[in-house]
Amino acid sequence: MIDFGFNLAPSSAVNLDEIDLSRYRALLRMEPDARICMGCGSCTATCTAGPFSGMSVRKVLLALERGQHVEVNRMLEGCMLCGKCMMVCPRGINTRHLILSLCRIKQEENYD
Amino acid sequence: MIERVPGAFHPFVLPFVAGMVFVLGWCLVGMVRILVELPREDRRRFFLSLVTPKTAWKNIKDIFLNCLIHVRLWKRNKVLGYMHSSIAFGWFMLILLGHIEVILFVPERVHFLYYPIFFNFFVAEADSTLQGSLLMFLMDFFLLVILSGIALAMVKRFRSRLFGMRRTTRPSVLDRVGLYSLWAIFPLRLMAEVFTAHISGGSFLTGPINALFLHFFSNDLHYMPTWWAYSIALGVFMFVLPFTRYMHIPAEMLLIPMRNAGIGIRHPRRGFAKLEYYSCPGCGVCIDACPMTASRANVKDCTVYLNRQLRRGNERRIEQISDKCLLCGKCTEVCQVCVQGPELRVAQRRMRSYALSPDYSQIDTAPMQAAVRGAKVLYFAGCMTQLTPSIRKSLEALLRRAGVDYKLMDPDGGLCCGRPLSMAGREEQARELMAKNTEIIRASGCEVLLLSCPICYRVFRESYDLPGVRVVHHTVFLRELQLAGRLPLRSGPETFVYHDPCELGRGCGIYEEPRRLLDGVGTRVEAASHHAESVCCGGSLGSLTLGYRQREAIVRASLKNLTAEHPATIVTACPLCQTTFARYADRPVEDISQTLLRNLG
Ligand code: SF4
Ligand code: SF4
Ligand code: SF4
Ligand code: SF4
Ligand code: SF4
Repeated sequence: MIDFGFNLAPSSAVNLDEIDLSRYRALLRMEPDARICMGCGSCTATCTAGPFSGMSVRKVLLALERGQHVEVNRMLEGCMLCGKCMMVCPRGINTRHLILSLCRIKQEENYD
Repeated sequence: MIERVPGAFHPFVLPFVAGMVFVLGWCLVGMVRILVELPREDRRRFFLSLVTPKTAWKNIKDIFLNCLIHVRLWKRNKVLGYMHSSIAFGWFMLILLGHIEVILFVPERVHFLYYPIFFNFFVAEADSTLQGSLLMFLMDFFLLVILSGIALAMVKRFRSRLFGMRRTTRPSVLDRVGLYSLWAIFPLRLMAEVFTAHISGGSFLTGPINALFLHFFSNDLHYMPTWWAYSIALGVFMFVLPFTRYMHIPAEMLLIPMRNAGIGIRHPRRGFAKLEYYSCPGCGVCIDACPMTASRANVKDCTVYLNRQLRRGNERRIEQISDKCLLCGKCTEVCQVCVQGPELRVAQRRMRSYALSPDYSQIDTAPMQAAVRGAKVLYFAGCMTQLTPSIRKSLEALLRRAGVDYKLMDPDGGLCCGRPLSMAGREEQARELMAKNTEIIRASGCEVLLLSCPICYRVFRESYDLPGVRVVHHTVFLRELQLAGRLPLRSGPETFVYHDPCELGRGCGIYEEPRRLLDGVGTRVEAASHHAESVCCGGSLGSLTLGYRQREAIVRASLKNLTAEHPATIVTACPLCQTTFARYADRPVEDISQTLLRNLG
């Protein structure tokens, strides 16, 4: 192939019929509150780790629902457990514990 | 006194002897196990402390004051103090006096385990000596003291409110067996000695009752069953002791010297930690003290129940209890044996395995290092102060006013100090963050590291290695500026109450500086519980599982405690306390820097 100095980005389309939701379901069993997130992004705005690693609780939840585990892992690895997201969440979600639970859930396979 | 039983033996002593041998053996094995479980350097340190005269003397003093007299309990609650020390000290005296009697009158029996306990059974009064009657008097006196303690214990079991305790523990089945046998021991001893008082002699208590009974009973046959019952009660108590909360008696005697040797919790279940949770007598003082019990659902998550579940090895409950706690440290403050509830819980949290661990190696601190180079005073606002910018701005305004040459370490948001991670039991990751922060601070070459959040302050003070850098909380720093005349304050009519943040007060022992500062700007009242007994705001990051809704009752109870004297404004020195209180308070809640800025002269 001729190198034009650029190429096409791989497709990021999510096929909802094929994604693996086991991790999200496991999370919902441990943290039923994950359902009540309204995606306001307050957690993202205050996140200490965000500027360094792109961590965002909102995005983590979204990515889980889409089965994007690599992204989830990358974000979780940046979290510093500072608890600010929990303090600002308007839905009163214990996001800090949610993150700990996600870190505990044994992944079926290695997504990376 | 002469011996009256041939062979100096009677089978009734067997239950006692069996129980005693069992319990001594058990404790010996337990002690050896704990010593083996200690890390080697701790063990060395322990043995060294035993032969160091200073610590050895302190051990004896502390064991006497805490195990027998229960001074810490006296300070909290006089009736409870009397109840416990009357039983413990009284029993100790009975045993000691029993030995003195044996040594004085039948020295050849001194190596018999049961002789001092059943002395009155084995001897008859031959002549009345001054020593003899003094000892008999003392024996009766201490027996009476114990009986008064037992009577109080009975009342307490059924009417704990009379003792100023709102809630007390619910004993387990074996605890009950131990409790009832303990209650039975001393009345039975009284009766046994009463029945033999005309043979072996008695004093002001046993003598007259004996004379009274002699009117009813025509022979001596009935005293044998009473001595049997007394011995059996002792035997039962000693057989169940290792499986009940009474294990605290031997455990505490080992805990005190270990603590004096400077040993701490290293492993969640072994060595010192095990000793701590066995040392808890289940007095229940920590229940009323715990801020979580503002809501009834949390009563079973207090330290007393943690200790109980750790002894039982109930993993599910241990996890729940460990994760819920606010780590405020109040239970340790009020505890008579100083069980380190928060440290024990963090140790449990550390045991947990995670499938995924944070990794901060990608974070490049070079730009942050460059930005702070050359600062004399480095101010680290930290996550919590970033969330409350008004506190940061107020403090910066005060610093400028006082002419302090400072630099902000995290103007665009920095790294977390690491304490929230270590509270969650992720110590390794916390260390990683600490290393990054250390790089930045060292590069700055600062002399003073200024913190406005007690959570950060504590971890920088305790866990960071920053030679040549003075770590200081803003309350202390501002007080120094005030004393140096660089912070002119104007006094007004406003009334304040100061809330001691857990990490600053109990955690770092800073109580006076903020109070003196407030004295300079208005009238200060105290909360109902303050200083070391202050009540956590309820927002603590220590708790992993308490959510927003479950915290409300805790925050409200803490506010009620603060506003007992109707102050106009609540002042604290922690951004987290400030945000937490402000959510539910009916009056302004400020950080001390905001209050001072408003009242600059
Ligand atoms: S706890 Fe983690 S996700 Fe939440 S604000 Fe802190 S760093 Fe961000
Ligand atoms: S702050 Fe709460 S509700 Fe808003 S996006 Fe984050 S988790 Fe969801
Ligand atoms: S932990 Fe301390 S205060 Fe609580 S029950 Fe045990 S001894 Fe009493
Ligand atoms: S540390 Fe505080 S919240 Fe935790 S058990 Fe002790 S008193 Fe209760
Ligand atoms: S936020 Fe304040 S009162 Fe609450 S735990 Fe922390 S220091 Fe204590």
